[in-house]
Amino acid sequence: MDSNALRLDGNAAAGILSEIFISDLTAARATCAGCGATGAVGALLVYAHGMGTVMRCPSCNAVVLCITRTATQVRLDPTGARRIVIDAATLPA
Amino acid sequence: MPVTSESAPPLSGIAAAAPPTARSIAWRFSNVAEVIQETPRARTLILDVPGWPGHRAGQHVDVRLTAEDGYQAQRSYSIASAPEDTRVGLTVERLDDGEVSPYLTDELRVGDRLELRGPIGGHFVWDVSISGPLLLVAGGSGVVPLRAMLRHRAAALGTADAGARHQVPARLLYSSRRWDEVVYRDELARLAEDDPTLEVTLTLTREQPQGWTGFRRRIDRMMLAEVAWPPAERPHVFVCGGTLLVESVASALVALGHDPARVKTERFGPTGGSA
Repeated sequence: MDSNALRLDGNAAAGILSEIFISDLTAARATCAGCGATGAVGALLVYAHGMGTVMRCPSCNAVVLCITRTATQVRLDPTGARRIVIDAATLPA
Repeated sequence: MPVTSESAPPLSGIAAAAPPTARSIAWRFSNVAEVIQETPRARTLILDVPGWPGHRAGQHVDVRLTAEDGYQAQRSYSIASAPEDTRVGLTVERLDDGEVSPYLTDELRVGDRLELRGPIGGHFVWDVSISGPLLLVAGGSGVVPLRAMLRHRAAALGTADAGARHQVPARLLYSSRRWDEVVYRDELARLAEDDPTLEVTLTLTREQPQGWTGFRRRIDRMMLAEVAWPPAERPHVFVCGGTLLVESVASALVALGHDPARVKTERFGPTGGSA
């Protein structure tokens, strides 16, 4: 099976993102640093079948966010996200 | 007496443990209260989840199994129950080579414990306050979160008059391989029978019962054009199923002129997330 058949939505990364961010990040909007496209984090393409959770831009396929977990660390690489905007209404009370 | 205020000082003489991060989604144990066999391959686990904070239709939970040697496997499962239901339901389809689902569909019994965290996800969610037509497209067990939306819709509208119902008309287009694999078949038929503003359309792609007059092919652009509202009606669309079905349906909807921002997708993969 090629990796396109294994990809998921940003929704699938909501659990691991909740370990890092206090508000639900899948409802936030991310701007891709590669092409400038903006969309919901929940709509990014997620490849979670390998070593980590790789979240790619649905417009240009660049990596927007990447999360890897080791025995002692959770590592977030946000290089591909120019901006992440969280709607204040979705912030925890 | 439990200390309920977050700002309460630690009791003197007792070392304060690290405060629980109230906002993080904690792992907790649920108890299996009931098991419902939905189809030969799928069953619904009805769970009592102590401290469950409530959820929105479309959200999921992460389930974690721990072996005796400490090995852990984690998967995501959509919540099948409506926020109005008293307990949390998960409908799990058996994947023969799966690491987690065969345990959930074959081994787990009433009274067993199941570790989970949730509810999770704020993107693929719908509630009845979002007015406008609701178009749901499912492949196989992708119907699970959409069923939560339909149950929520039915519960929230309750005895609402026709006017309120017409604010949120709903259509479900659901693709299954065969009749006996249609999850929630009776419930969906009953919901549609009781509600003229809900239409349920099935397509059976591999085998059809005798006398079947419905669709018998995979969901395609022509079928979507026939079943869906026109793009000008600006329906809210939720598509859930296997990755290939979801991608083909989403691109067909966009090709028909639907706003990509209104087409929300949830792809089911063989793995439900990294452990």
